Amino acid sequence: MKLSFWTYEGPAHFGAIRIAASMRGVHLLLHSPQGDTYADLLFTMIEREGRRPPVTYTTFQARDLGSSTAELVLATARDACERFKPDVLLVTDSCTAELIQDQPGTLVGGANMSTPVISVEMAAYSRKENWGASETFFQLVRGLLASKVPAPGEEPAPRPEGQRPSVNLLGPTLLGFRCRDDVKEITALLDSVGVDVNVVAPLGASAHDLQRLPLADANVCLSPEVADSACEWLTRNFRQPLIRTVPIGVKATDDFLQELATVLNLPIDIEQASPSRLPWYSRSVDSTYLTDKRVFIFADASHAVAAARIASSELGFEVVGLGTYSREQARSVREAARELGLEPLITDDYLEVERHVAELRPEMILGTQMERHIAKRLGIGCAVISTPAHVQDYPARYSPQMGYEGANVIFDTWVHPLMMGLEEHLLRMFREDFEFNDSAAPSHLEEGEATLRDMPTTDVGVGKLTWDISAEKELKKIPFFVRGKARRNTEEYAQGAGLQVIDVETLYEAKAHFSR
Amino acid sequence: MSSVLASDGIEAGYEVIPERGQRAVFCGLTSIIWMHRQIQDAFFLVVGSRTCAHLLQSAAGVMIFAEPRFATAILEDRDLAGMADCNEELDRVVDEVIARRPEIKSLFLVASCPSEVIKLDLGNAAQRMQRRHEGSVRVVAFSGSGIETTFTQGEDSCLHSLVAELPDSHDSTQRLLVAGSLPDVVEDQFRRLLDAMGITDVDFFPGRRFEELPAVGANTQVLLAQPFLNDTARALVGRGAQLLSAPFPYGAEGTLAWLQAAATAWSVPAATFESVTRSSLARAKKSIAARAEKLTGKRVALLPDSQLEIPIARFLSRECGMELLELGTPHFDTEIMAADAALLPHGSKIIEGQNLDAQLDRVREQRPDLTVCGLGIANPLEAEGLRTKWSIELMFTPIQGFDQAGDLVELFTRPLRRQQLLDFT
Repeated sequence: MKLSFWTYEGPAHFGAIRIAASMRGVHLLLHSPQGDTYADLLFTMIEREGRRPPVTYTTFQARDLGSSTAELVLATARDACERFKPDVLLVTDSCTAELIQDQPGTLVGGANMSTPVISVEMAAYSRKENWGASETFFQLVRGLLASKVPAPGEEPAPRPEGQRPSVNLLGPTLLGFRCRDDVKEITALLDSVGVDVNVVAPLGASAHDLQRLPLADANVCLSPEVADSACEWLTRNFRQPLIRTVPIGVKATDDFLQELATVLNLPIDIEQASPSRLPWYSRSVDSTYLTDKRVFIFADASHAVAAARIASSELGFEVVGLGTYSREQARSVREAARELGLEPLITDDYLEVERHVAELRPEMILGTQMERHIAKRLGIGCAVISTPAHVQDYPARYSPQMGYEGANVIFDTWVHPLMMGLEEHLLRMFREDFEFNDSAAPSHLEEGEATLRDMPTTDVGVGKLTWDISAEKELKKIPFFVRGKARRNTEEYAQGAGLQVIDVETLYEAKAHFSR
Repeated sequence: MSSVLASDGIEAGYEVIPERGQRAVFCGLTSIIWMHRQIQDAFFLVVGSRTCAHLLQSAAGVMIFAEPRFATAILEDRDLAGMADCNEELDRVVDEVIARRPEIKSLFLVASCPSEVIKLDLGNAAQRMQRRHEGSVRVVAFSGSGIETTFTQGEDSCLHSLVAELPDSHDSTQRLLVAGSLPDVVEDQFRRLLDAMGITDVDFFPGRRFEELPAVGANTQVLLAQPFLNDTARALVGRGAQLLSAPFPYGAEGTLAWLQAAATAWSVPAATFESVTRSSLARAKKSIAARAEKLTGKRVALLPDSQLEIPIARFLSRECGMELLELGTPHFDTEIMAADAALLPHGSKIIEGQNLDAQLDRVREQRPDLTVCGLGIANPLEAEGLRTKWSIELMFTPIQGFDQAGDLVELFTRPLRRQQLLDFT
């Protein structure tokens, strides 16, 4: 049993729902108890979809458990096919159904349905949402294309003369982070360098579209969390090269185009293709105060890796912590952390992330909706860079994260929660102002957006340390956003020096000791 | 038990038609979203799966919590394989919760579908933990599972579990117990009105704090403030209390009749009752009249959600002049619903249960002016050109009593007014 205040991912079957809901002509039969239809709300409310997700739930109740729930599965499957006439029926079960072991996939698969059935096994008690999405997408692709795999030695037909090269964009889904606009941005970027998009999947694709996947010259894996297994299967079976760079950030987008040029053997002038404002905004003197801002990053793997690179090499922040909840994709995060000289935090335990942040005391958190809870508790500025996200992160305006416009969006979003430069200076000089003061939020933010609080003394290994009154007072003169760090450094210094009481002298000794 | 909830001789002018099939409703766990705000020193620990945790955070996670008072103990493979003793695991998790939130006074262990299917006995676990944390935290168990409970039945299940915790009342003075979660503003209004009639010994259940749970006994008269408290009501009767029969306090008529039930039990003189309620009643009627015009003659369909459907339909039809089409409810309790159902238009058909797709077919065919439904259905119906009122809001808005009657109408007129305001089709 695991105590969970917040969970980074939904259950595995929710990943299956995301795939079905993202596509057209694919219907999902989900064996699940009454109440699991709450999942529909994430599509109709958070994504604001104007249609019900194509999911039929068996919604069994306690009284059904006495009789045959298996019959309920079959009857519901028949009704769903009759009513919705899908091209493919996906079948799986939710966590409770897994316990009663009706094997809905096998049942429906063996029932001679007129609709093709693809069943997906979920391991609800060990796997989670992104795994469920990835597995479902993989099974769909494999199920629809297995019969078309070319024989060994058979050469793929060459691209007709004069036809532009094309790629598939794989991975975007509903309830992914900014997928709608990322697809638009990357499609436009590809078009600008003479590359067409063959199929975008799962988002907006039909079963027929999936059957056209092999026609592309390469696959672009925009979301490894969702599309990695399907991409690898396509590479193995249809010998389609795979473009792995996720184009989030200016440099990653440059690299993406470079990889595209190499794979497709195309001349691409990256200098020409780079209209992002981020590099100039970040170089302009107004951004100087951003230098070495201490940030903590926690997200799904692809957004965490991208954020670490942008933060450290495009915005000049100091990344003090980097982690992910995507265990399946953790390798890339480990590598990125190693390059930054950090110990990666690979966990899906919200409480562990919270402990980590409290220990590190960053000046800003780049995370998920869950890190907003932590940021509120600790009084730190925060921007959301990855799922899980809530309704405000599914905006009406164009807000990609990918490509060069994505970098513009990122610059604005990440700098916003930080105290503006002038205010930061004045706060250092005049600490007792009645209006702009320590306990007030940055004045360009609405009140309450971030309740800034002094962080408590760290309780890890501090033991008998006490602060004398004057030192405590002096500490208050350090601006709040670096005060936590100063407190921790001073305590660390005092401990190292074998001191038991911290006075003003210790404070400044520590400052000199740690000054960078 | 003299004043049972039988239909008082009124011949049932309605028919209840059961329907089965796919149900688009919440499970009882959802009630935690308002119950943790209602009982402010309580913590709700769901014992379930990642699905349960996902449900809770999808519903409540848009609010940013510095310290949430609910969480899930997520069952893992090793719990199911019997490699970990579930009871030991649960003890450990509960210790963790109590260490993190030492100020809580009560801990609810909430059962879910998975915990019920594997037959994890949370009642036993609660007793065991009660002994472990004696004197600091009360531990109580109830079920919020989808297989056993629908949406607001979670509150019924929660309050039902509390009935055994209520102290015995040995007093001979007659006391009024108002059962069901109510917004504090409504609670205060009711208390003022009852007080003015001379009914001064009033308790609200559950109230704001676990520590202040009311006593119950043969001197207790119970007035239900919410229509979904079937098990709670019966358990209170089991403790010796008497249940007053009344329609639920929505609108001017409903509130008046609801208060009348208490006044009758306390033998409040008619003149006193009239003088206490006169101005509030007039105010309620005035504010309904000012808004109800937009609803008069409009056709409404109510899909099953909370069991508030029958009393709300009664209010919409009698006080706002709406025509009732579909009248769905997840569960219909003949006794508790008697007073409201008797006031429905003669010949009303109540659909108990749900077959979602068939029900939506009927809605599409009839094209009501307004469909009261859940959030999984609302936007899709809007996209089909139908106007909707999302039903969960009825649980999250003060709608009971005289002074909320206008607000209650407003909930239903707003979608229609909005349609007129927005200049695109």
